[in-house]
Amino acid sequence: MAKSLLIISRQAPWAGPSAREALDIALAGGAFDLPLGMLFLDDGVFQLAPGQQPAQLQQKNLAANLQALPMFGVEELFAARTSLHERGLCAEQLSLPVEVLDDGALAALIDRFDQVVTL
Amino acid sequence: MKFAIAVFSPAHAPSSRRALLFAQAVLAGGHEIVRLFFYQDGVHNASSNVVTPQDELDVPAQWRTFVSEQQLDGVVCIAAALRRGVLNAEEAQRYQRQAANLSAPWELSGLGQLHEAAQTADRLVCFGGD
Repeated sequence: MAKSLLIISRQAPWAGPSAREALDIALAGGAFDLPLGMLFLDDGVFQLAPGQQPAQLQQKNLAANLQALPMFGVEELFAARTSLHERGLCAEQLSLPVEVLDDGALAALIDRFDQVVTL
Repeated sequence: MKFAIAVFSPAHAPSSRRALLFAQAVLAGGHEIVRLFFYQDGVHNASSNVVTPQDELDVPAQWRTFVSEQQLDGVVCIAAALRRGVLNAEEAQRYQRQAANLSAPWELSGLGQLHEAAQTADRLVCFGGD
């Protein structure tokens, strides 16, 4: 049976290529039909903020690529409630359907996956 | 035990030095390294253009020697490497760049190699992630 991998994305979409490179790991694994999850943690939750205008920073829109996750079979998507709360983001208005987890559930989530990559 | 090792930090970062020492310890302990995968700024570890001061540990040179002597599979993510100016001769020619700074024992390949290594190994150990 294939090993499951949790990708923890901790960087804002405007903070260099980390957010995109974390997503690329997920999309590449999805193409191989691997059991994957993605957790948006700390500044990573900014990737889920609605109504972003990356063109103002001459950046590409990451949100469009994030929308591709379910199409690539990556349907286990999570965000940390504490991270959202600390940054004033509302769990009901995110640009991607994610399951919002309390701190205790984060530990259980990480424990459930065979392997973890944090970017 | 079979290890897959991923490195995300540049050669001058403490985590890259730790990755090197960990990899050496894995083999010294009688274990196996199924693949070393260099991603994000980790691709700089494979650059032949890094010049380290003489009294400091030359991490890129150590990696190169280690991978060659132990005949390991040292894979550098091609997308991450191109973005950061780490090119082998083939890519330098493809993108019409003046110089190549990556050669054997390193191999440029895609993220599928990270997933394959993670599937094959008993443990995936990452160094230098944010």
